[in-house]
Amino acid sequence: MKSFKNHLSLVIALVSILFTIQVFTVVDRSIDAYKDKLTKNYSLVIVSQNKLLPKELKAKVSTIADVIELSPESVIKKLNTKISKNNIELLKATLPRFYKLKLAIYPSPDEIQKIRKKLLKIKSITKVESFSATHDTIYNLLLLFKTVISVLAFAILIVTVLLIFKELRIWQFKHNERMNIMSLFGAPTWLRSAVLFRLAIVDALIASVVNFGIFSYIASSSWVSQELKTIGIHIVVFDKVNDFLSGLAISVTLSILLAAFIVLGHKEEV
Amino acid sequence: MDKVIIANNLSLAYSNDDTIINKVNFSVDTGSFIFITGASGSGKSTLLKSLYGALKPIEGSLVVGGVELKSVSKKKLNFLRKHLGIVFQDYKLVKEWTIEKNIMLPLIINGYEKSVTQNQVDSLLKHVRLQHQAGKYPQELSGGEQQRVAMARALAHNPTVILADEPTGNLDDYSSQLIWNLLEGANEQLETTVIVVTHHIPETMKVEYKHYHIESGDIREVI
Ligand SMILES: Nc1ncnc2c1ncn2[C@@H]1O[C@H](COP(=O)(O)OP(=O)(O)OP(=O)(O)O)[C@@H](O)[C@H]1O
Ligand SMILES: [Mg+2]
Repeated sequence: MKSFKNHLSLVIALVSILFTIQVFTVVDRSIDAYKDKLTKNYSLVIVSQNKLLPKELKAKVSTIADVIELSPESVIKKLNTKISKNNIELLKATLPRFYKLKLAIYPSPDEIQKIRKKLLKIKSITKVESFSATHDTIYNLLLLFKTVISVLAFAILIVTVLLIFKELRIWQFKHNERMNIMSLFGAPTWLRSAVLFRLAIVDALIASVVNFGIFSYIASSSWVSQELKTIGIHIVVFDKVNDFLSGLAISVTLSILLAAFIVLGHKEEV
Repeated sequence: MDKVIIANNLSLAYSNDDTIINKVNFSVDTGSFIFITGASGSGKSTLLKSLYGALKPIEGSLVVGGVELKSVSKKKLNFLRKHLGIVFQDYKLVKEWTIEKNIMLPLIINGYEKSVTQNQVDSLLKHVRLQHQAGKYPQELSGGEQQRVAMARALAHNPTVILADEPTGNLDDYSSQLIWNLLEGANEQLETTVIVVTHHIPETMKVEYKHYHIESGDIREVI
């Protein structure tokens, strides 16, 4: 019970840091996945007087992933009955060509403008439709969402670090006493701080395991998968190997830093 | 005879204007038993602090176990302290450790093997009549019991010199006698040098001892 209480404060602080980082990671992954989804659905439409080769378009704008020519057949079919076959051939020849451009990235409004300008430099292209109104709204919404989450995560991290520093003074006092006594019996510095570093590493381990538990549970909960399904994206909420290991690395580094702080701040009393 | 402590013109102070021990000369023979008495606030604990290197002389020289303490390196001081067994006036037990672990401390620092450590601790706990308290924490013990733990810890690694600051201050006659027997035993059987600060020199002392008295910053032998 006693040792449990010794661990609690640092473990809680570390867990809250790991939790924040993981939540931020999940949001970041969701936004990326959502962008991917939007990229798949997004395309520009251009109107050209002449036939365009995908190769020349890609040479002008490197972010173009795919060029699909929209066939004018459907339009012409409607006219089919009233116009003679010859005239239809003529019409086909004079009708401008429509292309749908798929991009490799989800572009920012600026990038869209750049692409527009580049495309319009090609002589035969008369019009570029980028559907920018809808696009910009979605893009800005995503951006806002990400900013809000970043600010929130940052604020939580700051508060936690401040809390840790406040706790640090208490720990410093507590560990100073033991380190002083050990020093009076001739313990070298490494031995005096060994307890502290062991405690720090154990706490980091506990925090990582707790974090592992929390996110394994969240990742497997039907509420989360339902939610992701609704948005139409698929992401890894918690990678049981990579996320666990990076969380462990972060918490071990943090707690060892804290322990080092305490050891360096150790002053012997008279 | 070998001297384990040599003080020459030694002055001790916490701040520059207030000397507590003033230019004293004394020496302690290896294997001797010393009592130090003096009024409260006369500087008994201060003198002991200087002997284990927690307070540096402001004047003169102080050599303990061949180590000059006025300008000692951290490493040398640790080396010296490993050979000392100290009972502090305020015990200085580690709160978050059990009694057993507290007594083990000097053994761990001196690198004893685990099996040796456990045997030694068990035997010491028996000697200070605390074998049933081994797993408790210091706060769960009475003042006198804590004092006996401090005594056991000081004896654990068979130190060359024992420095004990009022080791029976909180004990009844029976427990006090227990402590005196332990200190006498260490002095007789292991030739440990014993320096004890006390207000009452026991009448039952079997070993030969010297008595120093501290008064007005001076240390004089009482004959
Ligand atoms: N850490 C300290 N800082 C400043 N002054 C101190 C400190 N410790 C003790 N003193 C002062 O040094 C003087 C001697 O104190 P010391 O503790 O050596 O007395 P003592 O002889 O052990 O007394 P007692 O029998 O009450 O334990 C006292 O006047 C005390 O106020
Ligand atoms: Mg005292």
